[in-house]
Amino acid sequence: MFDLDAWQEIFSTMRKNLLRTILTGFSVSWGIFMLIILLGSGRGLENAAKSSFNRGAVNSLWVFPGSTSMSYKGMKPGRELQFHDRDYEETKRKNDEIEHITSRFTIVFNTILSYKNKTAEYEIQSARETDMFVEQMEILEGRFINIRDIEKSRKVAVISPIVRDYFFGEEDPMGKYIIANGIAFKVVGIFKDASERNHYRIYIPTTTAQNLYNGRNNVSYLGLTIKPMSVQGARDFEDKLRTQFAERHKFNPEDSRAMFINNNWEYYNQMLNIFLGIKIFIWIIGILSIIAAIVGVINIMLITVKERTKEIGVRKAIGATPGSVIRMVIFESLIITSFFGYLGLFFGTAIIELVSNLIPPNEMFNRPEVSLPTAIGATLLLIAFGTLAGYFPARNAANIKPIEALHDE
Amino acid sequence: MIRLSRLHKSYITGSNRLHVLKGIDLFIDSGELVSVVGSSGSGKSTLLNVIGILDSYDDGEYYLGNNLIQGLTEKRSAWYRNQMIGFVFQSFNLISFKNAMENVALPLYYQNIPRKKRNRIALEYLEKMGLLDWAEHLPSELSGGQKQRVAIARALVTNPKIILADEPTGALDTQTSYEVMSLFKEINEEGITVIIVTHEKDISERTKRIIHLTDGIIEKEYTTKLKVNYV
Ligand SMILES: Nc1ncnc2c1ncn2[C@@H]1O[C@H](COP(=O)(O)OP(=O)(O)O)[C@@H](O)[C@H]1O
Ligand SMILES: [Mg+2]
Repeated sequence: MFDLDAWQEIFSTMRKNLLRTILTGFSVSWGIFMLIILLGSGRGLENAAKSSFNRGAVNSLWVFPGSTSMSYKGMKPGRELQFHDRDYEETKRKNDEIEHITSRFTIVFNTILSYKNKTAEYEIQSARETDMFVEQMEILEGRFINIRDIEKSRKVAVISPIVRDYFFGEEDPMGKYIIANGIAFKVVGIFKDASERNHYRIYIPTTTAQNLYNGRNNVSYLGLTIKPMSVQGARDFEDKLRTQFAERHKFNPEDSRAMFINNNWEYYNQMLNIFLGIKIFIWIIGILSIIAAIVGVINIMLITVKERTKEIGVRKAIGATPGSVIRMVIFESLIITSFFGYLGLFFGTAIIELVSNLIPPNEMFNRPEVSLPTAIGATLLLIAFGTLAGYFPARNAANIKPIEALHDE
Repeated sequence: MIRLSRLHKSYITGSNRLHVLKGIDLFIDSGELVSVVGSSGSGKSTLLNVIGILDSYDDGEYYLGNNLIQGLTEKRSAWYRNQMIGFVFQSFNLISFKNAMENVALPLYYQNIPRKKRNRIALEYLEKMGLLDWAEHLPSELSGGQKQRVAIARALVTNPKIILADEPTGALDTQTSYEVMSLFKEINEEGITVIIVTHEKDISERTKRIIHLTDGIIEKEYTTKLKVNYV
């Protein structure tokens, strides 16, 4: 019975109460509009937070040395720790939880690079072949640092698109030499990092950095990724690492300043939880405002049914079944909520798209969007609420007795 | 066609019980033209509503054709009203936002007859009523007599067995009333049973059989010698 006639029946009755229908419908539009705007903005915040997550892979841990703050076995506090290759090797050997691990030797001075007559200061970061995974990098051209580079302490460099553009422009950088501190590094690849902030650097092999910059077997810090595990598992693993380091470097495992671990898996999960919380909050607000709108629709429909008591009585007297009356009222409610809800959905999405195109991605707000599941969810919500809103008025309508409705006098 | 025996009906309002129909025995054969008369409050409308399955009764029996009308579902009642019965009311009860043709076509909508077809049938009936030129007009643009003729067309459009009219001339002037009554006579001559409730003597005299209701019982009834030429 969802044919043209049913529609025409409904539209002819809706036309009769056009202004009221529009006013009620507007509140539905507004409710959905706000829900979409809020959800879209929430997504913008989330995207921004995720893309500014420039601490490497989400499952990465970074281990830094500190200085002791507790006396331990006769040693005074204030002792500065220095990591060595041994820390890298033993950590790698002893822990099955580790997926990839790297050690880095930080170059602090003389980071001025030159090529032909161009000079610029960029970060020279050291890396092992595993850095590809510990940071989140892909290779745009050539290759990344490999095991042979590490073993042979080759003077090779992998550069970012920004560095490439600055020094080489249109020229092919592969196989060319960049000079750093009087030493020539052969460009073997171009990397791209998920976080653009890491694009102001070049990578050279860690062993090369140790050799050239007087590092001997010193290591500045370690980075590693862990296999899939719970947040609690990652915390336990942190403690395990701390114990191992405490044993090697002879400090109190309880000493929180002797070494630092940035547990990105934990940060990342906290961030996800925060955005989940925001999303839930938005849905609650959105649903409440839609419910307010729906109550408005129910109200209008109740009044409409009451006003149309006589008409419905006539319809019943000439053969309308209760089912057809219920359908008529529910369809009407459904049409009001769907149509005006869809308007809200449309304009909300349009505004989000507009904002997404007008505001360049930044730290706070990045690519706000309305996902397809969200739009579908909102639509289903509308249909459910529209039917619900029609239900009570429809029941009233179906209960109208023709004799009472048709009372003359 | 219609057979009532020892039919009782009470209205209960609060703690009061109002006994309206107090044992009606009535047989109306198919093709009759009957009027029900009586003073206000005597139960005429109630009787008509029971016959039209708009209302239920408490005791006794009501046969419509061979069917006992008792404890029907709403859906079944709707079907009987739609297929067997046409109603005409004092206040016309046309749907204000539908034009004359759409009003007439509405009962056919509930028979799931496609729009084009039902509008065509509606126009045929409007033509019979001499209202073809008014098909596109809203009820508010019609005179009382025209409205009642639209309502009669609507009652006839499903080709019912029975037409029930409750004070159909109550809102019309004398001249128009007589015109409407001659319409009913024509309808009756086509074989349709017509029952008209009225409290006007001159109206009842334009039917073949008059049933006199007093305080919920049929006090008397008589057949008239229907004059051939009126209007
Ligand atoms: N739905 C109702 N509820 C209660 N009382 C009613 C109802 N309909 C009619 N009555 C009462 O029943 C009596 C008969 O009414 P009705 O059949 O309309 O009389 P008539 O049509 O002969 O004037 C009246 O006293 C009236 O007040
Ligand atoms: Mg009456």
